[in-house]
Amino acid sequence: MISLQWIYWLTGTYIAWVALLGWRDRGNPRRRASALFWGLLALMLLAADRLPPVVVGGVVVVLACLAGFGGLGRGRYDESSAVEKAAEAARLGNRLFWPALLIPAIAVLVAVPLANLEIAGVRVFGREHTTLVGLGLACLVATITACVLTRQSPASAIEQSRRLIDAIGWAALLPLLLATLGSVFAAAGVGDAVAALATQAIPVENRFVVVLAYGLGMLVFTMIMGNAFAAFPVMTAGIGLPLLVNVHGADPASMAAIGMLSGYCGTLLTPMAANFNLVPAALLELKDANGVIRQQVWTALPLFACNVLLMYLIIFR
Amino acid sequence: MSYWPLLGIAVVVAGFALRLNPALVVVAAGLVTGLVAGYGPLGVLELIGEAFAKQRYLAIFLLTLPVIGLLERHGLKERAQAWIRRMRGATAGRLLVVYLGARQLTSMLGLTSLGGHPQTVRPLLAPMAEGAAEARLGDLPEASRERLRAMSAATDNVGLFFGEDVFIAFGAVLLMQGFLAESGIQLEPLHIALWALPTAICAFAIHATRLLRLDRRLAREAAALLAQASAKSDRKDAP
Repeated sequence: MISLQWIYWLTGTYIAWVALLGWRDRGNPRRRASALFWGLLALMLLAADRLPPVVVGGVVVVLACLAGFGGLGRGRYDESSAVEKAAEAARLGNRLFWPALLIPAIAVLVAVPLANLEIAGVRVFGREHTTLVGLGLACLVATITACVLTRQSPASAIEQSRRLIDAIGWAALLPLLLATLGSVFAAAGVGDAVAALATQAIPVENRFVVVLAYGLGMLVFTMIMGNAFAAFPVMTAGIGLPLLVNVHGADPASMAAIGMLSGYCGTLLTPMAANFNLVPAALLELKDANGVIRQQVWTALPLFACNVLLMYLIIFR
Repeated sequence: MSYWPLLGIAVVVAGFALRLNPALVVVAAGLVTGLVAGYGPLGVLELIGEAFAKQRYLAIFLLTLPVIGLLERHGLKERAQAWIRRMRGATAGRLLVVYLGARQLTSMLGLTSLGGHPQTVRPLLAPMAEGAAEARLGDLPEASRERLRAMSAATDNVGLFFGEDVFIAFGAVLLMQGFLAESGIQLEPLHIALWALPTAICAFAIHATRLLRLDRRLAREAAALLAQASAKSDRKDAP
């Protein structure tokens, strides 16, 4: 059975290789810090489930310090000239698209029609996180296809990915850290404290004010946590259920749905949502790290206003 | 009721305001929150370690980078631009509107991995948007080019966020259903998912309008660049 564990081993081995290449890259002024960062992340992918949690926690602190003090550097990469690229584009033509399109195609194939595939009574793909297993396998197949197409080795594919991975840098780690922070907040009872505070601060008899408070709470808390999933239980337990459902008789299904989407407006506005906002800015080589967020502001704010209005009109029917 | 755990939120907000490295701020907030909640130094590390081991799957997206890096070295971006230039009537804004609609619809069917920043936006969508704009308007100023690339990423985000919630097996819908069930409210996931539709329609209307306005803005900026260039060459020709 191909489980998520295999994909962790695959990703860990790849990142370890990147760390090794980075260690040897004398063009990078901070090559040791960079190599240590990726090396430790590789170790976490390979073995975090076998190490004592205290050690893993210690490594997380070291990773954050490497990212925060001095940071990681950019090195020298094996790049082709514009002329070479144009010649290759003309030679390979539309075949260049195939490996890139294989990634979503295989990922979807594994996640939907083949998810429960059995051969001789044994499941082929693990029951949990089948989508991620599919994504991992898809990347492997696509890389091999691209190597065959361009007549290059997998080693050169990894070399070529270094400029991308160094451009992303520590932002690759932020989603993991925020998800971790969410667990710590839950264990420490941050949600209850927020809820108690909110109930004291707003005039609870006014429906519109409560709707606005629930929506704004989702927006702001999502911006702080970088993730609407972390904000939803806190705000719904604190404001949504006790005030909107129990006091004002709101419909919980539409309240939850639109409340969550109010949080998504916050995701568009925060650098904490690194994988959606900072990683693409790095990948697209924008000078302004917040460039993507800037483009999202005038979609997010009107949409948030729509959400509050929709909630007010729909949930009390 | 103890308000001390809120100190963690204060740390995040302060870190934001002081523009410290977010990775550092988030870990510091975790340590502070755990300590004030009475976990003790080793207990906090243990709490962080356990949670981190469970969240590792968020790093798997890095596996998409070798294939993209290799294809880019062999002209993937250049090919994508040549392909879009052949389409008459294609503008950057129209291309992005079509992508927005397609991304929302496929996400509603649960096919969220059809898009994404490393595998679709960087190698295909952003170069195509630039190619479409240049085929129509000629050279673009650097600032407009950056804005167009950022808008490509923004369009992928908007399409994903306001599509996936309509899909019943998506994590957010199951999270809501599970949370409400624990609070004693039994609901069908479909019931929750359908209420995401009104917002999805608003999101399309708002973002598509902005994308079409972007076309006009790009045309203005390209014209200004051209005027500037010809003014410069006029001056050179003068005796």
